[in-house]
Amino acid sequence: MANEVEKARPRPNAAYLAVEQLGTRVNDTVEELGGIVSLGWDVARWTVRPPVRVENIFAQLDFVGVGSIFIVMLTGVFSGMVFAHQSSRAFLLFNAESLVGPTVALTLTRELAPVFTALMVTMRAVSAMCTELGTMRVTEQVDALETMAVNPVQYLLVPRIFAGVVMVPLLSMLFNTAGMAGAYVIAVYLRGISAGTFINRTQQWLDPEDIAEGLIKAVVFGFAVTLIGCYKGYNAKGGAKGVGQATTQAMVAAALAIVMLDYIVGVALH
Amino acid sequence: MAQGPPIIEVVDLYKSFGSNQVLRGVNLAVEEGSTCVIMGTSGSGKTVLMKHLIGLLKPERGQVLVEDEDIVPMGPEQLALVRRKFGMVFQGSALFDSMTVFENVSFPLREHTKMTEAEMRDAVRHRLQIVGLNGVEDKYPADLSGGMRKRVGLARAIVLDPKIVLYDEPTTGLDPITTDYVDQMILDAKRALGVTSVVISHDVASSFKVGDTIAFLTDGKIVAQLPPKKLRQSQHPAVKLFLSSWFEKYD
Repeated sequence: MANEVEKARPRPNAAYLAVEQLGTRVNDTVEELGGIVSLGWDVARWTVRPPVRVENIFAQLDFVGVGSIFIVMLTGVFSGMVFAHQSSRAFLLFNAESLVGPTVALTLTRELAPVFTALMVTMRAVSAMCTELGTMRVTEQVDALETMAVNPVQYLLVPRIFAGVVMVPLLSMLFNTAGMAGAYVIAVYLRGISAGTFINRTQQWLDPEDIAEGLIKAVVFGFAVTLIGCYKGYNAKGGAKGVGQATTQAMVAAALAIVMLDYIVGVALH
Repeated sequence: MAQGPPIIEVVDLYKSFGSNQVLRGVNLAVEEGSTCVIMGTSGSGKTVLMKHLIGLLKPERGQVLVEDEDIVPMGPEQLALVRRKFGMVFQGSALFDSMTVFENVSFPLREHTKMTEAEMRDAVRHRLQIVGLNGVEDKYPADLSGGMRKRVGLARAIVLDPKIVLYDEPTTGLDPITTDYVDQMILDAKRALGVTSVVISHDVASSFKVGDTIAFLTDGKIVAQLPPKKLRQSQHPAVKLFLSSWFEKYD
């Protein structure tokens, strides 16, 4: 009987299945975005309510910020070096090597520093946040907090997202410093550009607005990547595999968010 | 067997997850100072029911009255106040694995009281003594056995002197000796602190040992809530099947 019913039902064609799949994906994405926005609102509400857990906040500032200094500076130095190396080769063609300093400075402050810093923080700290929160979720530690009348969003998420918002801009400034130091070494000692030209031209072309743009981007990225990592971890399901999947999804979503927000904020600021 | 007025009352509770209707009109009353065991087969919705008692889940319909207050429509702030009346021992203990035993047990004190460090040390030591643990304050949960973790979980649950303690499958996965020890721990906690206990279990021997009443959950409903001896004589087919299969094997 069941087989007859199966036979009588028309088989969906490939186009129908493709549309159905697309619809499901769109639906899931919209649902996920809604969840992230809703969690962001919850975090904002619980940030301004007492009690303020200073110890938790400093622990996260230390983990996200201090713990990322080395990797961010290392990335910064090499980014500055490679950019100075490539741009000096290009500018040599036009006898315009004096522009290496400002070119590196503008690119670092406006784009590379916030983007690379946010990517480094995502890989080092947000992945750990997501895994830790996911493990706490699947081992009922989050439920335990709730049963002890402690709001998990306020206790677990607020310090982490606050640390992202505060530390990503600071780390981004460190990235700028390290990047310019690396560029200086390459330009002055390897490419023979005079130190005075490098510094004077950089001062001439670099405006405070450029640094501000990079800082605004860094704040937005810091908020976005920690929120995405926390959302994925906080809603993890299904044991070790679920936590692993949540972390992978968080990394992909955070990296995409950085690139997309970079464009959106860049356009919005100009 | 009745020891006082109901401290928890569940009225006509419905809950589903997607198309899976888990609770279909649950009614339950737990009297103050008593131990009520909610028994049923795996997947019958026992844990879902327990999560409603403390407001971790919201039902589609029905009431959960705690000391005559319906907690279903409450927001997070009101629920936080109600939860101060509860302590909960989780199936997997749910201890914070990045904290020591002392930090775990003192966690509710740190969050909800203004105790000094010395007062907290005393309170934690006292609760650990009640559950039969000494000298484990500086150990991490990973260094403890399953039974010890359960006991630390109970110490944390009772550290704020709650009126009600919920136990989610306290003896699942434990060896017979540790199971006996955990049963005794539940009885001792009740005797020492006079708390009302709600225990979720499918372990018949434990349920009969610790329960003043046993509520049998099947098909999303409580089909019998009776003292253990009377439950054994129940004529409800699901209860008879569940108990007979156990008693034939072990009696």
